[in-house]
Order: sequence, then structure tokens, then C-alpha cells
Amino acid sequence: MKKAFGPLLVVVAVMFVVAPFLIANAPYESTMGLIQKIFYYHVPSWFAMYLAIAVCGAASAVYLFKGTPIADAYATAGAEVAVVFGLCGLVTGPLWGRVAWGVWWQWDVRLTTALLLELIFVAYLMVRRFGGPGAEKLAAATALFGTATAPFVYKSVDIWRTVHPQTTVIPTLKPSMGGPFAFSSLAFLLLSALLLTARVHLAKRQMMVDEMYLAYEDQS
Amino acid sequence: MMRIPLLLAALVLQPPPGQSEFVPVNELPAADKLPAAPFLIAAYAFVWIAVMFYLWTIWRRLNKVEADIDALARKTPHR
Repeated sequence: MKKAFGPLLVVVAVMFVVAPFLIANAPYESTMGLIQKIFYYHVPSWFAMYLAIAVCGAASAVYLFKGTPIADAYATAGAEVAVVFGLCGLVTGPLWGRVAWGVWWQWDVRLTTALLLELIFVAYLMVRRFGGPGAEKLAAATALFGTATAPFVYKSVDIWRTVHPQTTVIPTLKPSMGGPFAFSSLAFLLLSALLLTARVHLAKRQMMVDEMYLAYEDQS
Repeated sequence: MMRIPLLLAALVLQPPPGQSEFVPVNELPAADKLPAAPFLIAAYAFVWIAVMFYLWTIWRRLNKVEADIDALARKTPHR
């Protein structure tokens, strides 16, 4: 992955330069017009968040049951990246809603559960930051709850009556809209993977510093 | 008897069902063009700024860690 990081970074950068042109050429949606184009960044942001949550959840489970330090590094990286993309989704959504619905926010099931999901992973990071010794295990358990919540957030629009568009809008997209959306989603997923890789690298170096400190203290 | 108007009002006040499909159009109504643009630009700009800021924080933390590693390596040269 270390060797692939540079070329992949270039590919993602190029994709993010190309994506706005594809989105600009995509047709306007019949009821929402121009503002619906936020969709091409808003939904991929959530996809990127779900990828990071999956990594965080899987790594947290491994860390909780096996205690592998590297799994903890992946879990931390996943939580941080999830919070970043969750924030993107939570900011772009109200910007879309202000024009499409006339309000910044609705306390409907999708918006509320999405906010709660973001707060669970913010809680994860706060537990790690301020939890003291043993906080890693507590944070890992929090991450499992967050990961279990994510599928409910995604399906909430289909289960409950809400003003938010349903998940069926994605499989029913016309090719002229589906193409730019798939391209944008791929760019966000690759970006999420890149950020995860960079953050895991940082965590590994931090672990190395801790080991060196311990060795230095043993010596002196 | 009093409940009927309340029930009717509750039915009328129900939110519309979530949109199940996006239908493309070729012509955008003129009234839609200007008000939406700043929101659209703000949304795209926010994503870019958030990702760049996060990348910068990783880079800054990595620099600090590398400096710590160098400092510790100097103190323990045999490692």
C-alpha cells in the first residue's frame, strides 16, 4: 500500500478535478433543479463515511477480542475519517435542504439518526482522548455500537415516512445522472481509503514513539 | 364528533412521502438558477476545505512524531 499511495493520490486528485465537469454536464432534476447537484457530493460523503465505519467496526472487534495493537490503529483511523466525512454529509445536507425543503433541518428519522451516528464516533474520539488508561477498550465497544447503528441509518428512509429521498433514487438513476454519481462515489471511496492509509501510518509511527520512550526509560 | 376535524387536520398536515426517483429535465426554470448556486458552491467548497484541513492535521501530527523519533534515536544511538 505504501508504494501505491503516491500513484493513488494522483488518481484521486485527477478524479476530483474531473468530477465537477461530469456533474455540471449531468441533467437537472425535474423538481429540485440545480440544488439537486449537491447529491453528487452529499451521498458519496456518506458512502465514504460508511467505508470508514466498516474499517473502524471490524478493527475494533479484532482489538476488543484479540487485543492486537495494529487493529487499534485501524480503528482510530476509521473513526477519525468517519467523523470527517460525516461532517461533510451533515453540512452539505442542510445546504441542499434549505433550497429543496425551505428549511435547514428537519428532525425526521434519517437526519436525526445520521446526526446520532456522527455523535457516536465523536464520542469514540473523545473517549480515546480523555478516557485515560484502558480507554481503548471502551472506545472499541463504542465503535461496535456505532457500526451496528449504521445500517439502520441507511435503511431508515425506507422503513419510516420521512421527507428525505429514499434509497431507491440511486438504483433508479438515469445513466446521464448515474455515470457522474458512480464516478464521484468512486472518487470519495478512494479518498476515504487514502485518508485511512495516511492515518494508519501516523498511528504506527506514534506506536513506535511509545515503544522508543519505554526503551529509553528502561535504559536510563 | 370533535375528533373528526382534528383527524382531518392531522391527515392534511402529514409530510409528503420521500421522493423515490430522480427525473432529469433539460431546461432549468430561470427562478431556480440564482438562489441555488451559492448553496451548491458552499457545499462543494466545504467538502474540499474539510478534507484539506484533515490532511493538513495528519501531516502536522506526522511531522511532530517524526521529530520525536529523531530526538529519541539521537538519545539512544544503538537502536
